Amino acid sequence: MGERMEDKHQWPLYEVFIRARGGLDHKHVGSLHAADARMAIEHARDVYTRRQEGVSIWVVRSTDITASDPAEADSLFEPARDKVYRHPTFYEIPDEVKTL
Amino acid sequence: MRVQDDDLFRYVLRLGDLSLVLGQRLGEWVAHAPALEEDLGLANIALDLIGQARLLLGYAGEIEGRGRDEDAIAFLREHGDYMNPTLAEQPNGDFGQTVVRQVLIDAFQLDLYERLISSADDRLAAVAAKAVKETRYHLRYSGGWLVRLGDGTAESHTRVQSALERLWPYTGELFAEDDVDRAMTDRGIAPGLAEVQKGWKSRIDLLLAEATLEHPRDQPYSWFGKHGHHSEHLGYMLADMQYLQRTYPGARW
Repeated sequence: MGERMEDKHQWPLYEVFIRARGGLDHKHVGSLHAADARMAIEHARDVYTRRQEGVSIWVVRSTDITASDPAEADSLFEPARDKVYRHPTFYEIPDEVKTL
Repeated sequence: MRVQDDDLFRYVLRLGDLSLVLGQRLGEWVAHAPALEEDLGLANIALDLIGQARLLLGYAGEIEGRGRDEDAIAFLREHGDYMNPTLAEQPNGDFGQTVVRQVLIDAFQLDLYERLISSADDRLAAVAAKAVKETRYHLRYSGGWLVRLGDGTAESHTRVQSALERLWPYTGELFAEDDVDRAMTDRGIAPGLAEVQKGWKSRIDLLLAEATLEHPRDQPYSWFGKHGHHSEHLGYMLADMQYLQRTYPGARW
């Protein structure tokens, strides 16, 4: 992705992250084209928050995102598979604790 | 039979028709805008404007007191009964011309709504309180584009400059006070148009400077859309807009 050539006749691509409510994380919702960051925010507002989906918007140039290589998935993620002890599932949770 | 409060009726119609006609014009861009994102942006503004028109025309119907609702007023009037300023009905032209028309009207509506919030008429004050937030965004959008295009390439600059020259003569009408306007101001319902013009002018001057556009010369005012005398363009627009309701009266979906 980071290496992709950008079409000179198209606006660059931005990835859009929306925070649905105060206190929640910004979540990736999609991408769009815009000439610069300000326009990307405006486009994101028009494209992704029409139905009150958010209270805050982040945008970042798609080319600025460094992604892991799917071909390396084995070495990156497989070693964690047999290490179930890393999940905190061995604790007794008191009934009084409603959300954890 | 005269409407009991004819001045207020006319005033509210003018505001409502401005939003209605401009909203309809912007709607013409749907599926034709230069980019998908702009398509949605323009449609959002159009929907805000139609929303304002619904509130205002509904209110006008109540003032009139003849049982006409917002739809009857929007879709079943004749050409000469529309009270929007002539600027609103001017064709979209290219994207630059749409942007220029939008900037000129957004700035006008913003200065108007900001003051209407404290109107002696509660209904208008409530509409203004809602609309002012929308309009701030509209001007942010249109003003942003004016600067991009004006201060953009040689071609984009030339195009918006010529759109500005073409549309500027219609701005005189926005501030041409008549008996209805004066009556509204005297009753504390509407701000004086001279005051609105001052605010508008300073906003527009700033934007034009930032967009490196040349300020057109003021021309004597000679348009009367708000008196129901329109340019040729409104008729074609209404033919499109009213076709469905005229052909299938009462159609809903």
